[in-house]
Amino acid sequence: MDLYAENILDHYRSPRGKKLLKKPTIEHEEVNASCGDSLTLHLLIKEDTIERVGWDGTGCAISQAGMSLLTEELPNTSVEKAASLSPTFIRKLLGVPVSERRLKCALLPLLALRNALRTAKKQPLLTWPELLEEDNA
Amino acid sequence: MAFDIPHMRRQFPFFAANDSLIYLDSAATAQKPETVLAVMDDFYRKGNANVHRGMYELAERATALYEGAREAVRTFIRARHSDEIIFTKSTTESLNLVAKSWGKAHLRKGDVVVLSILEHHSVIVPWLQLKEETGITIEWIDCDDEGRLIMNDLKKVLAGKNVKLVAVSGQSNVLGVRPLVSEIIKLAHQSGALVCIDATQLIAHHPVDVTELDCDFLAFSGHKLYGPTGIGVLYAKREILKTMPPFLGGGSMIEEVRRDGFTPADPPHRFEAGTPPIAEAAGLTAAIDWLVQFPWKEIEEHEKKLMRAAFETLNGIEGLHILGPKNPDEASACVSFVLKDTHPHDLADILGQEGFCLRAGHHCAEPLHKRFSVPASLRLSVGIYNTEEEIHRLGPALKRAISLLKK
Repeated sequence: MDLYAENILDHYRSPRGKKLLKKPTIEHEEVNASCGDSLTLHLLIKEDTIERVGWDGTGCAISQAGMSLLTEELPNTSVEKAASLSPTFIRKLLGVPVSERRLKCALLPLLALRNALRTAKKQPLLTWPELLEEDNA
Repeated sequence: MAFDIPHMRRQFPFFAANDSLIYLDSAATAQKPETVLAVMDDFYRKGNANVHRGMYELAERATALYEGAREAVRTFIRARHSDEIIFTKSTTESLNLVAKSWGKAHLRKGDVVVLSILEHHSVIVPWLQLKEETGITIEWIDCDDEGRLIMNDLKKVLAGKNVKLVAVSGQSNVLGVRPLVSEIIKLAHQSGALVCIDATQLIAHHPVDVTELDCDFLAFSGHKLYGPTGIGVLYAKREILKTMPPFLGGGSMIEEVRRDGFTPADPPHRFEAGTPPIAEAAGLTAAIDWLVQFPWKEIEEHEKKLMRAAFETLNGIEGLHILGPKNPDEASACVSFVLKDTHPHDLADILGQEGFCLRAGHHCAEPLHKRFSVPASLRLSVGIYNTEEEIHRLGPALKRAISLLKK
């Protein structure tokens, strides 16, 4: 199957939840310096559960559609579970083959989410090599 | 040799192996003719020995091959002396050598190095590193919207007196523009500043005569000149090289090593520590020999036609914006562009699926992309072997990619 499958293009053309929240509990921006893609993620957390997600960003179809797809998954997910989402989860969510050259595009939404949750807990940020290592595991 | 593109392409095994590809990424690396591959293969199969000081015939032949490459490069860029040619592993290493040897030895806090906004990261970063280390000052020369360097900026900076070096590209790897290097060199020299030319892109598309230019340093690499990767060249004037300390330490670069110190060898070996790229040097000689069979005038006329075809094709696409030159004759061998609402990486990926090899990103020129207020661009670049027909085929493919990504 092709990277630019209809589902990916649909989320790219009509991104879900692409609007920043008025009063987020957590906000975090993540960029992919190698291509200039950026995602700002807003999370509303209640009782250790993600209640609402809002985001804004610019970039390629893969990073933007990926963020849109992830946005649909997150409401009612516990913070603990969200913090443990893996690259494998993102690959399944995208449902298309992601080549090495597009891996960072595909994983940018996950890095944004994981680091948003880490920022809230004042934990050190996850780096690209650390995230890519998880993908190889 | 007559300029016959189909005949020429048959000399490149790459095109036979990839007959469905349209390769438009020669600014990243050029394909290699059979003669380059053959001479390298032959060296490893039949002539492999290390250079210098081997007291047997095979080692002497390897040395002759390696030193012969130095002479081939000297002739090619019209340097006065072959000891002005230093082999490195890449242009990047050549440019680092200038900053880390000459720069570190001669520049002090407050001295000024001038960079143009067109520069590649390999020109910029070594001087930023020296700035962090010793407190030199970096001044930038901006360009206008068509990529022409603003010469008044240069004149103003040079009037400030402390300028020790101007580093400028001979041909932009993004916009294809060629700065007026002769004029820049004259102005810099009048102010007592040296000039370092990054000829990485220029070298395969225009004759370079370092003696006529009177530049102080000039760097390029083998693989953009239809030669192998793993070899770079630094040209520097003999009297300047004499004042430069070694860059890397090791074998070949020393005259004498004692318990309490060492005496470095003379240039060029002073700057060539360790076993050098011998097969690559042989390959570079073969690449130069291959290229010089074609008159420069014919190469430039052919590549000018390619760029006109590229501009015609790109300008026929709605919402496409070319960075820099409006006139194709000002864009040599490459052109970069952006499309409204469409990310260059998506376009390059989709074009790649159709067999078009184009590069997307900031092409190691982030300050230039910031100057044009874009995060990334798509770049089309050509080599001697490309045809107008290949470029015209890009138009419909681009339109298909755009319509797929249309919101």
